[in-house]
Amino acid sequence: MSALKRYLPLLLLALVWEAAPRLHIIDPASVPPLSQVATAWWDLLRSGDLVSNGLSSLENLSAGLALGVVVGISLGVLMAWYRPLDELVHPLVRALYPMPKSALIPVMILWLGLGSASKIASIFIGCLLPVVLSAYNGARGVDRVLIWSALAAGASRRAVLWEVILPSALPEILAGTRNALALSFILLVSSEFVIGQRGLGYLISFLGEGGAYDAMFAGVLTVAAVGFLADRVYLAVMRSALAWRE
Amino acid sequence: MARVSERSGWARALRRNALMLALAVAWELAARLHLTTDFLLPSFFTVMRRLALDTVSGQLPMALAYTLYRALVGFTLAAVLGVVLGILIARVRLARWFFDPLVSVGLPMPKIAFLPVFILWFGVFDESKILMVAFSAIFPVIVEAAAATESVDRILIWSALGLGAGERRLLWEIALPAAFPQIMTGLQVALPISLIVAVLTEMAMGGEGLGATMMQAMRFADSPGVFAGIIAIAVAGSVLVKAMEIVRRRLLVWHAEAEAR
Repeated sequence: MSALKRYLPLLLLALVWEAAPRLHIIDPASVPPLSQVATAWWDLLRSGDLVSNGLSSLENLSAGLALGVVVGISLGVLMAWYRPLDELVHPLVRALYPMPKSALIPVMILWLGLGSASKIASIFIGCLLPVVLSAYNGARGVDRVLIWSALAAGASRRAVLWEVILPSALPEILAGTRNALALSFILLVSSEFVIGQRGLGYLISFLGEGGAYDAMFAGVLTVAAVGFLADRVYLAVMRSALAWRE
Repeated sequence: MARVSERSGWARALRRNALMLALAVAWELAARLHLTTDFLLPSFFTVMRRLALDTVSGQLPMALAYTLYRALVGFTLAAVLGVVLGILIARVRLARWFFDPLVSVGLPMPKIAFLPVFILWFGVFDESKILMVAFSAIFPVIVEAAAATESVDRILIWSALGLGAGERRLLWEIALPAAFPQIMTGLQVALPISLIVAVLTEMAMGGEGLGATMMQAMRFADSPGVFAGIIAIAVAGSVLVKAMEIVRRRLLVWHAEAEAR
């Protein structure tokens, strides 16, 4: 009930979306009524277009994001752990961090062609730097006293890494990964716009160029909803992963 | 003494940038020794020459101007509207009721997916690009501005009211300055987003600008052009981020944050 009350404005907007084009307050050609969009969504689902392109998007997104997160956390923690590596890599990370990640898409196409590999690589590199920096900052911020006492208590360096440093750095790592998740959606959709061939981004722009605006809106809303839900699920997982700290 | 520290300063700078230098050298060597093809990796000097040529011919400054124009106008729209909306959400109950759910859905949503909608509504020229930038960048500004306004110290407000400040003076002289550091944080998140999205819209729709130039170069298999574009965008991004940090420091001289440095 409270959720319903909270999201009432969204419901109102949906009603306006349905009514305004039907009453020709807005041109139905540029905003098809919501019920028409819903029908188009159902058709997209039944024809299999939504599923096949959605699966392609999901595959590329999870491959790029997983690579970025695993490599990013390892590199960030190693940089904090091992000083020479830090001195070597940090300037590079610092220099590349403010670079707009979207600029990489054309180079990836040049190197890897017009296919999944370019999309995955763009997502991977885009996600890498925020994760590296958050893991690095998290691991650097670990209380030295904790590490010393663990070492003094006879813990091996490996045990310190797994049982002291990683858990203490977890909040920052998880926050950085959340940024990477948002970034991965942006890079996925835009690389699909640019590369085409497959994926939800491609489906949306294909439908838009073909003038099937109700289906295009259905695709846009699907991507927006998936991105939103992914963030909410991630947030719930993150909270439960950090529950022990309370 | 000064000399020693100066020298060690140089040594440190050298060591700090050792990897960058090594990468540039490795890049040049890999290209010269033909470890890959010129197409996949044009040599460092080829790219630098291309940058210089494009700068002299005016092509690069022109493209950069287009991209920056779209990014900065979109960013300014997002900044002004975002701060106003944020303050309204924090202070007006009706605004909060209406916008709060919209913002909480809009913030994590991949806004770029709406690009075809913006093309449908506003065409393929500057208008749709700028509005797409503003739409992408506004959410972090709203969130930070609302949180900042809300967290302004109650006692500060009460004392101002007690001393006879009106609503308007309260806003301009108490609430905004107190909320300003956090609002700046929102703007610092929004600026890189603006540049990313400006480049993306140019890649997807064409129409001049660095993104369009790079896509053009890619289609003609002109790899020095693609790499020159990347370097130009990277430099533009760094300069914008740095400029924002300087603005923050300048504007917040009076704030405790600046003294802590």
